[in-house]
Amino acid sequence: MADSGGRAAGLLSISRTRWWAAGITLSLVLLALLAPLPAALAVGAAPQERHVTVSARSFAFEPGTVQVNLGDTVIVDLESTDVVHGLYVDGYGFSTQAEPGRPGQLTFVANRSGAFRFRCTVACGNLHPFMIGKLVVGPNLTWLRAIAATLITAVGALAVFWVR
Amino acid sequence: MRYALSEIPLIKRVLRTRWLQWSLTALMLLFFVLAIIAGLVGTPAGNRNFGIVFVWIVWWALLILLLVPFAGRLWCGVCPIPAPGEWLQRRALVQPRPGGKLYTLGKQWPRAFRNIWLQNAGFLGVALFSSVILTTPMATALVLLGFMIVAVGTSLVFERRTFCRYLCPVGGFIGLYSQVAPLELRVKDAAVCASHTEKTCYTGSDDGYGCPWLIFPGGLTNNTACGLCTECLKTCTRDNIAIFVRQPGADLLKTTGHKLDEAYKGLIMLACAFIYSTVLIGPWGVLKETARAVGTRGWFAYAGIFLALNLAILPGLFWLAVRSGQTISQPVKTTMRKLFSDYAAVLVPLGLTAWVAFSLSFVLINFSYAWSVLSDPLGWGWNLLGTAGLKWTPYIPGLLPYLQVPVLLIGLTAALALALRTARQHGQSPWAAVPVAIFCTAATLGLLGLYLA
Repeated sequence: MADSGGRAAGLLSISRTRWWAAGITLSLVLLALLAPLPAALAVGAAPQERHVTVSARSFAFEPGTVQVNLGDTVIVDLESTDVVHGLYVDGYGFSTQAEPGRPGQLTFVANRSGAFRFRCTVACGNLHPFMIGKLVVGPNLTWLRAIAATLITAVGALAVFWVR
Repeated sequence: MRYALSEIPLIKRVLRTRWLQWSLTALMLLFFVLAIIAGLVGTPAGNRNFGIVFVWIVWWALLILLLVPFAGRLWCGVCPIPAPGEWLQRRALVQPRPGGKLYTLGKQWPRAFRNIWLQNAGFLGVALFSSVILTTPMATALVLLGFMIVAVGTSLVFERRTFCRYLCPVGGFIGLYSQVAPLELRVKDAAVCASHTEKTCYTGSDDGYGCPWLIFPGGLTNNTACGLCTECLKTCTRDNIAIFVRQPGADLLKTTGHKLDEAYKGLIMLACAFIYSTVLIGPWGVLKETARAVGTRGWFAYAGIFLALNLAILPGLFWLAVRSGQTISQPVKTTMRKLFSDYAAVLVPLGLTAWVAFSLSFVLINFSYAWSVLSDPLGWGWNLLGTAGLKWTPYIPGLLPYLQVPVLLIGLTAALALALRTARQHGQSPWAAVPVAIFCTAATLGLLGLYLA
């Protein structure tokens, strides 16, 4: 009886420890993903005006990835080399269009950090839904937060499930 | 922790009637035929064609975001692809033939292929040409038509739903991931089955057909091969079969039954989630063009890399992780093949969440095409419902990372829990699971990198 009582107490203690570990892990993951950061960390280099020329052809943007800093004023000149193409930036919601010889322009302040897909808005052929580029507004805290959250999850999950 | 959902009188009545399921299947068949017609004669512009939009956006979203994670193989229960073949086999549409008699040559599927290797090969074949199939209405139509012709042919020659069980490229991964679902069809009391000599659930009766999926429900221990067709609910004379709500992922907690073909299915699915996330929704136009330029030198290079990633590189890395765990831990007598197959259970939550994360990124962005296509399915300028003019509108694109990150982290947590459990089940120290945990964490980071970096 004393033995089984001891084992039950041991299991209870393991279970309690596991819940604590799970709670701490979840809290840390949420902290990594959502905690506000000091402004000095969130803002990288001093904001400046950036002119970017993006060339569109079926079914690619060139350059495929545009890199700017948080706070930059971004002026995108969209040029099309074949048919009518559009450019819509996920998360920002801005868009413009261009056709050969008639470029489009888009001006916005990069006030949200992270990676944002930009995509063609005008049906231009079979691969149109996958005509995608990427705007990276650095420092890319979303990605850094995701890395931290993943590593915390991995360590936390191992800690929670390590003991039977 | 199980609750017999089908014991609720209304649900029980609905499951026992043949009309509801038949009606749903017939409705799906209507959509399916329309998708084929749209592909063959409709506009070649994918985003204006019912075949592309309803198959690869609407149906896919329904399947991978809702049906598979929450209801397992429920789709298989109403899938239109085997329906014509099955109706021919039965020579009946709704009501069963006396004794559940089938009209087919009734050949047995060759023993060597009673696994999902052919389904793996079929899926790889479709995935390899996905840049064409997903974007070209004619290609989609021909693939769907091909599936149906093979399904009908198989039904006429082989017994029951041999096509679904051993050939359908889609069924392979639905079966694998259905192990996660919080829904299962099982017997209530195995002893009742043991004493039931007629086994009408397998042989059929006047009330219905013997299990179309070639399973004896009394021996059912996981969802992989049960198509939720509910024939056994109708034919069991002892009322001993039910659909239960259960703990999600319950099948994965079992030690037995993990096979190499299923392990490979898990690896192929994970590799394809990576490849699609890179090629289709990545910013590299040259990759998209190469993947679509079938027959060119570049495409052969793409195909080589695609197959190497699926069949050698990712499996090799996973094998290395399992082998390292075996080296770290005290060696156990279990063979590497068995360890590899058992540890591959981690790929089920990992792969399913990878596909959910990938699918979110194009389904939410492109779903609005469905409204215009509903009014103009063939892209011929119709406006049947007044929605043809609705413009493309991406849904919540800014929130995508906030959906993808939690989904992938849930998959990672479940994968690591399974890795540690597998180590314990084999008498290994928990340290044996660490290399597999590193593999899973690296895969999660890799996918997040593709979406967020």
